[in-house]
Amino acid sequence: MIEVDGLTVRFSGVTPIDGMSVTFPGGTCGLIGPNGAGKTTFFNVLSGFVNPATGSIRAFGEDLLKMADYKRARWGLRRTFQTEQAIEQLSVFDNVAMIYEHSGVKGAGRRAEVLAAIDFVGLETPPTARVGGLGARERRLVEVARAVVGRPRIVLLDEPAAGLPDEETEHLSRVIQSIPGQFGALVILVDHDMTLVQACCETTAVLDFGKLIASGPTAEVLRDEHVMRAYLGTEEVV
Amino acid sequence: MSATPTPGRGQAAAARAALTLDRATIVRVTAITIFLAIVLFVLPTFGADWTTTFTSVAIYSVITLGLGILYGRVGLISLGQVALLVVGVWTATRLSFATNLPFPVLLLVTGVITCGVGVLIGLPALRLSGLYLALITLMAAGAVSVVLTAINFPNGGGGFTGRTSTPDLSGLQAVQRPGIAEGDTAYYRYVVVVAAVMFLVALLHVRGKPGRAWAAIRESEPAALAAGVNTVLYKLWGFALASFMAGIAGCLLAAQVGQPTAQSFQTQDSLTLLATTLIGGIYSLWGAVIAGCFSQLVPFLFQVQWGINPNFLLVIFGVGLLQVLLTAPGGLVQQFPKDMANLGRLLWHLFGKLTGRRRQTA
Repeated sequence: MIEVDGLTVRFSGVTPIDGMSVTFPGGTCGLIGPNGAGKTTFFNVLSGFVNPATGSIRAFGEDLLKMADYKRARWGLRRTFQTEQAIEQLSVFDNVAMIYEHSGVKGAGRRAEVLAAIDFVGLETPPTARVGGLGARERRLVEVARAVVGRPRIVLLDEPAAGLPDEETEHLSRVIQSIPGQFGALVILVDHDMTLVQACCETTAVLDFGKLIASGPTAEVLRDEHVMRAYLGTEEVV
Repeated sequence: MSATPTPGRGQAAAARAALTLDRATIVRVTAITIFLAIVLFVLPTFGADWTTTFTSVAIYSVITLGLGILYGRVGLISLGQVALLVVGVWTATRLSFATNLPFPVLLLVTGVITCGVGVLIGLPALRLSGLYLALITLMAAGAVSVVLTAINFPNGGGGFTGRTSTPDLSGLQAVQRPGIAEGDTAYYRYVVVVAAVMFLVALLHVRGKPGRAWAAIRESEPAALAAGVNTVLYKLWGFALASFMAGIAGCLLAAQVGQPTAQSFQTQDSLTLLATTLIGGIYSLWGAVIAGCFSQLVPFLFQVQWGINPNFLLVIFGVGLLQVLLTAPGGLVQQFPKDMANLGRLLWHLFGKLTGRRRQTA
């Protein structure tokens, strides 16, 4: 569970997040909103790249904001970025192993756990293949494998389906849905693909101009009048 | 929590990975063994001045190895590598005159001290990156050469600088070579073995946890941070490794020449060293061997063997550097096989055309 209380972020004159208070209960949670609503800024606060002006974030009982940025990964925070971050020069295996090595997990299970993560996302390319030679779909899956390896507690996915065709999004959707059950991690999914959000997320929070305008069960939130007006226009979503 | 959804497929994938790895490893190990055998036993038969040159090639490939890792893997540009080499040469010379350390210990101590100096320069500099880091390291190189001009290399005198200005040449000492490798050929082989160990150290780094962390940093620093990489530590580690290698190269160089002179190290050498490193190729460890050849063997060929004005070399380095920056980022080590394959295809094509035409006329 992540409890965000009164979170405000200011960049000289701009307030990308304005008094956000929300609870992500567990499972897969959606975070949606128009462009510039503050979703990625929120992820950056969780990652430690941005220091909030006020507010607190408690994740599984711990004060996340007090942790040094690179230590949060060791604690169990994983994320993907809007731009692709799989490392081209390394093999699929090394890409995932690199995350595992800094996850703070000790023991001899490295090889097995890395291969398990690669299998989990359903990558059929051999683990020794260089990421530089892979297509967009495979790279996305490598990124998801990187996000779930090494016993994560929180997995932040920033538009994982951007640019993927529908049938590939479906596969990704199944993978994302099984992350909480398989790894016991809380997933926060940011995406503009409402089908994906509906399929994956039990609960959803909506940001608009840095303010939280709705949160709760996904179906209810998407039917909320404010949400439709602010984000989706006045038309029916589904 | 346990992450073994489909164990059968996991094992299959593991077996597949092991198989492909093994075949590549066998080929690689064979190639390296043949290469080392040629280097150790065939090259020394060329003659005395060739052996001296090949010794320099081996020494310089160690320093370009460090520089190549720093630039190619970590993504940091250092223009102070020759300065660190000077620190290594100076330290080794001073220690050799002051103590009776066995040569391997002298190597290690020199490496560690140079590494310390490199880290001292690197610590504040790592807050900067790109051009600014390059500038800082170039300034450090300038500072080192100013100090070197003032104190010169030790020649067996007393005091901290270990330099005597008495013109009595009979009393001057030379840096001791290892007992088992006093002669030029034996010392050449010794240097090659040390260089091979350094390449092994580099390989372990690149293939291991540091290599993967460096790759992450080079790809994107925020992403590396988000992945839990202590970016400052790993960048400093890269700097320390490159400095250590410069120190090892410095110690080997000190024992090769015996009495090093300040004139043989110029600040601008760092620039040509970076150029040769880039030309050799910074993304492959073999690139360092080619870079070593470029910085030592090619000048020898030009000057001594062919009698060409060595200034032409600067032009060649310039052209080579442009070529690398514009079209062949992988350097010679990646570009040469490609070019040869293209040439082969072209010749084959021409050959096919010629024979085809002949058949037609017949």
